[in-house]
Amino acid sequence: MGEKRATRHGFYDGLVALARDHEDVYAVDADLGSATGSSIFQKAFPERYIDVGIAEQNLVGISAGLARVGIVPFCSSMAVFVVGRGFEIIRNAVAYSRINVKIIGSHTGITAASDGGSHQAIADLAAMRALPNMVVLSPCDYNQAKKMASVMYSHEGPVYLRTSREPVENVTSEEDEITLGRAQKLRSGKDVCIIATGMMTVLAVRASQILESEGIDATIINIHTIKPLDTESIREEVIACNGRVVVCEEANMFGGLSEAVASSLVEENDIVFAQVAIEDRFGQSGATATILEEYGVTPEGIAQKARRVVHH
Amino acid sequence: MERVGALQEKARQIRIDTLDMILSSGSGHIGGSYSANDILVALYYDVMKISKDPADPDRDRFVLSKGHANPALYAILMDVGYVPKTAKNTLRQFGSPFQGHPDSAVCPGIDCTTGSLGQGITVGVGMALGLKKQHRSQRVFVVTGDGELNEGVCWEAFMAASNFELDNLTIIIDRNMIQLGNNTEKLMKLGDLRGKMESFGFMVDEIDGHDFNALLPALEKKTVGKPHCIIARTVKGKGVSYMENNVAWHGGVPKGDQIAQAYAELGGTYNG
Repeated sequence: MGEKRATRHGFYDGLVALARDHEDVYAVDADLGSATGSSIFQKAFPERYIDVGIAEQNLVGISAGLARVGIVPFCSSMAVFVVGRGFEIIRNAVAYSRINVKIIGSHTGITAASDGGSHQAIADLAAMRALPNMVVLSPCDYNQAKKMASVMYSHEGPVYLRTSREPVENVTSEEDEITLGRAQKLRSGKDVCIIATGMMTVLAVRASQILESEGIDATIINIHTIKPLDTESIREEVIACNGRVVVCEEANMFGGLSEAVASSLVEENDIVFAQVAIEDRFGQSGATATILEEYGVTPEGIAQKARRVVHH
Repeated sequence: MERVGALQEKARQIRIDTLDMILSSGSGHIGGSYSANDILVALYYDVMKISKDPADPDRDRFVLSKGHANPALYAILMDVGYVPKTAKNTLRQFGSPFQGHPDSAVCPGIDCTTGSLGQGITVGVGMALGLKKQHRSQRVFVVTGDGELNEGVCWEAFMAASNFELDNLTIIIDRNMIQLGNNTEKLMKLGDLRGKMESFGFMVDEIDGHDFNALLPALEKKTVGKPHCIIARTVKGKGVSYMENNVAWHGGVPKGDQIAQAYAELGGTYNG
């Protein structure tokens, strides 16, 4: 597993590698390059880095204009700001217009802990999932985030990528292939299917180790593509675990991965469903570990939900 | 003078086509189409480098940021051959290239989907920046309304246009003094618009937006190291007396005797 690294850095390491072979790759930021990770790109390709200042509507609008003259812009800010303040521009100038703009929202979930609730994005998944033409990606670790750059480049059209500030250990390897729109099985079990995205996948893997010591054999499914969702694999894997499913996401409980998975299972019989998510409240400041504990977003929190569905 | 005379005649025809389209659809924004009409005609029939192929990457780019003025633009796109004339009676109808607001995905020749006010300016700034970054010579022309400048994103974009020294960008403000609900200076005053644009780093020209003798040199002007802004003083509803400077004609459709009068004043005939 090795050292802990953040997805926000993995993505830009991947983008730098991609940009060496593709002159049309640009990065655009709104004066948060050292936070989002885009300063990594700035250092490598200063002539292809555009800083629009603290102006997220303009960040998205300018990126749409760049795309309209043949550039492939990867524009970034903290998710709260690019998705929140930029939303209507994303909606009309990017998604409705079917324009090839890639949006990176960093500091998602509650693990941008010390910055407090104003900076913690918990509604970005719901907002981006709600837009037609938008692909929504959420890599689980550094290795996977690094691969996202070329996945996004190969897909012609709007993409939203969610990254995280918190360094975590790798649970995928550099050799793992990823395919847009496909779920990724990290562990095969039979008692409960734990479906997770982003950093929660790493916590889910830790939870499966706790559960294993108690004799509960969990399947772990990592969802790096939240939209389009691989509903077929999800159904198969959940049914193979007797309909026992726990969905984990570092986002508000409404409109994110949990509800997407739940809708994909409504026609199945005997589903026992649990959700590990933020329970409809905003974040706050604190040490990361304290915040995760407070919101129940921990390996033990996942294990508890898993026990409950298994013994239902 | 022949050049100006030809443009005046073209402007008259486009106003009649606009009226035809709005009458056939039963909705549309005639007041703002008529105030911007002559700016669009000067651009498409004289100033801009356009091409027979709307997909030609080497032609100049046009953004109608006040997207609701699209009937005039649609009339021009048909006239220059980008859209078949058979589309004329489909404005705002199901399956039409002529959506209620311009949609580049379905209408050839539309360089930017607009309708949400302010967005054409920020996207236009991105287009100009992208062309400059790629060392390409095409120019970008953006027509914005004056009421539209209430939107904060316009000013973010103006700041960026001058920061990035976009001398391939021309912003034309259709200064008709009327927005949907009232006179611009009564609803949300713009005040010293020239001073505002100059302080945002633009080279500013203020002209009569219906006078081709003023429009042509202003639109042809090339700045160096800074973006260009033309404040075009216009009349909302220009060409039809009862519409002129009347806030009611932002989105109105002529009815009864108004129809014949409009055609008579524009020098056309009603075929409805």
